[in-house]
Amino acid sequence: MTDLSLSEGKVAPRARRDIGLRRRYAAEARFRFYGIFAIALGIFFLLALLFTVFKGGYTAFWQTSINLPITFDAETIDPDNKRATDPGKLLTANYTVLARNALAEKLGIDVEDKANRADLKLVSGLISQGVRTQLRDIVVADPSVIGTTRNVWVLAAADVDSAHKGQIDLAVPEARRKVKDQQVEWMNKLSQEGMMAERFNSGLFTFGASSRPETSGMGVALIGSLYMMLIVLVLSLPIGVAASIYLEEFAPKNRMTDLIEVNINNLAAVPSIVFGLLGLAVFINFAGLPRSASLVGGLVLTLMTLPTIIIATRAALKAVPPSIRSAALGVGASRMQMVFHHVLPLAAPGILTGTIIGLAQALGETAPLLLIGMVAFVANYPATPMDPATALPVQIFMWANEAERAFVERTSGAIIILLLFLAAMNLAAIILRRRFERRW
Amino acid sequence: MSAATVLLIVLAIGAAAFAVAYRRAAGLRPEAGQKLHSRAGYHGAYAFVMAVLPAILFLALWKAASPAYVENAVWNDLPEQVQTAPDSNKSLLMGMVTSIGDGVRRLSDAELEQAKAGSVDLRELFAAKGVALASSGEPYMVPAAVAYNEMTDASVRYSGIGTILLALAGAVYGLTGISVRRRARNNVERIMLWGLMAASTIAILTTIGIVLSMLFQTISFFQSVPLSNFFFGTVWDPRFAAAGSGGTTGQFGLIPLLAGTLYIALVAMLFAVPIGLFAAIYMAEYASRRVRSIVKPVLEILAGIPTIVYGIFALATVGPLLRDLSAALAGGQPFILAQSVLTAGLVMGIMLIPFVSSLSDDIITAVPRAMHDGSLGLGATRSETMRRVILPAALPGIVGALLLTASRAIGETMIVVLAAGVAANLTINPGEAMTTITVKIVNQLTGDLEFTSPQTLVAFALGITLFAITLAMNVFALYIVRKYREQYE
Repeated sequence: MTDLSLSEGKVAPRARRDIGLRRRYAAEARFRFYGIFAIALGIFFLLALLFTVFKGGYTAFWQTSINLPITFDAETIDPDNKRATDPGKLLTANYTVLARNALAEKLGIDVEDKANRADLKLVSGLISQGVRTQLRDIVVADPSVIGTTRNVWVLAAADVDSAHKGQIDLAVPEARRKVKDQQVEWMNKLSQEGMMAERFNSGLFTFGASSRPETSGMGVALIGSLYMMLIVLVLSLPIGVAASIYLEEFAPKNRMTDLIEVNINNLAAVPSIVFGLLGLAVFINFAGLPRSASLVGGLVLTLMTLPTIIIATRAALKAVPPSIRSAALGVGASRMQMVFHHVLPLAAPGILTGTIIGLAQALGETAPLLLIGMVAFVANYPATPMDPATALPVQIFMWANEAERAFVERTSGAIIILLLFLAAMNLAAIILRRRFERRW
Repeated sequence: MSAATVLLIVLAIGAAAFAVAYRRAAGLRPEAGQKLHSRAGYHGAYAFVMAVLPAILFLALWKAASPAYVENAVWNDLPEQVQTAPDSNKSLLMGMVTSIGDGVRRLSDAELEQAKAGSVDLRELFAAKGVALASSGEPYMVPAAVAYNEMTDASVRYSGIGTILLALAGAVYGLTGISVRRRARNNVERIMLWGLMAASTIAILTTIGIVLSMLFQTISFFQSVPLSNFFFGTVWDPRFAAAGSGGTTGQFGLIPLLAGTLYIALVAMLFAVPIGLFAAIYMAEYASRRVRSIVKPVLEILAGIPTIVYGIFALATVGPLLRDLSAALAGGQPFILAQSVLTAGLVMGIMLIPFVSSLSDDIITAVPRAMHDGSLGLGATRSETMRRVILPAALPGIVGALLLTASRAIGETMIVVLAAGVAANLTINPGEAMTTITVKIVNQLTGDLEFTSPQTLVAFALGITLFAITLAMNVFALYIVRKYREQYE
């Protein structure tokens, strides 16, 4: 009997109830895969964004230049020999022709021969028009160079620069491209002789606005952004910290403080362009401050940054344990002394981190600055925050609207610079947090 | 004396008051059993504040009030017929007077006499001195300009003297009566508290400033364009603001802009929400600590990239890519334009991924651990726990987070300025260009502005509409999130 029952058990093992485990585990695996896929997609977009920017922009940091032995010919600069009495002569002289002649001579073209006119025009096309101011500055700084010969690196024209970097398709028929075959031949010759080379593009950081790509740079934008960041820092840090101290340490719990709190949270989410409208209506139309000035930009960005700083500062103040406060009060400090002598120093790293992050946000903000007129063609450095200026992101926006190939490259180059600034600021914030943050 | 010099002098007086008060307080010899109530530094600070604060407030008030007063006085002195002339524009005329005043300062006495007599052309005379005038100017403006100069000079002089006297008086007040029992610390701390309170009202002032500044311009906009034309108009065609025409020739229909704004935001959300939500779920439920500590900051880099960079990414990379892709699919004719709803929405979606993922991550991890563990203990798989237990519990919070994200999508400017196009179309084809409220605000306000034409003022009406929409969404979202937090605290 027992054998029988045993064997029976062996023959027909009780089947497990089907609770759909296979299906459920499959659903589990799918769900998990969706998550991984989503994260991968996010990271892919980030990498694609950074890759396109760096790929399109790193060449902007090099600029094709030509090394020319330029003879500062007195006959050309000052034909009537009046420079002793009239220094203005040096400002208006025809410097472009000096560079052209130097280059033509190198290429073996006779400048005096009328038959070479077309060639000379092509030779001129190799050199940037900015050479005029470059040579003029040399002569004005030191008039004794007149009559001597000097080796000068002059900028190549933007199209030549693009061609040298291989950004112009030379397979296109000659009539439809900006760089002619003859010019390409000369470029190759100059490159082989080491007279044409790509040099570090310091002009990208120093030049102001210009309609020619090779002589336009972000100098004005850098200074404008610097002014604005200083104004934002000087205004929003003390005001933000003072407001948070009041709300966190002193304010009674009543309707007024509730209102302020809701307000701050809302202001942090108001579209940035609305702040631009505020700046336009209040600072420019009502208070009569000048348009395009970094002062107005700084004020608008201050109002935008304040909520960020207040929220960060309040979090930092909250993180200081109550025991510190009790101890300070216990040994006889007043509440003001407790805050300023004990709580605030302990919260300082958190406050600074929040401030840096707020500044980084402000640095990348574009929309409100468009409305207060910072989309301006400013060629000269602003001496004070009241002078017209542009900002880094606005400069990027303006270059993005230009059609020439060399401006496309510069747009990406400017983005790289902006992103490097932002990365540096955020890195500083992270380091600050890691080094000084205290966990209680 | 410029304001800066006056300010420096006031600060110097304050510093001197501080030093004197400090030394006096430190030199006090309390009787036995008594102690100095406040430390010497507080006595010094009190004297400093007394010297500096009233003086600076006085100077600021004066500076704010005096230009209007001077302008009014000069205006009343102008000839009667000028004031009452139908086409007289006060701000324009006063602008002329002030620039003539600027020029008069550079004239010699003889030239000034000539100018007053009206025997020379003012414009030429001033142009030679380097002052550009908008029009040739009338002879009566010269004496007015001279009066204007005198009054502003006097104003500057008196304000300077008054401020310095006030600073001295304050310093004397702060210095008298320094004694052992003086409660200098309490006084200083009270003033500090007032300062802290004032700082905290800036947030409210900003909001009031936003609303008022836009409200006034909006009201004057609706004086020339009827409300219904704006809110229910389906055509957006503002024309150009021709100087002096004043006629409302354009059409200002909000509907196409609003439709474009919402459509692009919808596309962006359709793209960002699944990715962001699944990323958040994975990080909250599956990811190890290590993976989480790497992936979370990396995704948040996306939130730190300025929107102008996204805009250029859309304009230069995504737009052409979509266009070429659709052309290849359709065999020739692209059905997605380079500037289109899809381009803008897609790129905006990329920007929004980190917002969705971090906000949702916070909310998912705020659900009590016990609910999670209980569900797993009953034999549910992780995905079942997530779908059947955690997400329903977190739903209100997630809805709030999504609303916050959507409000950001609606207010986003630079991406749509560069990638959405400027034509105010009304279409349901995502491959075509549409425009948004923010784009039109930027369009209407870049270039020369005239604060009287509806073409400029409409930007403020658009701005207040945008502000109202986002404000409603934010208030609602913050309310939900707050309620949700309370539920589990």
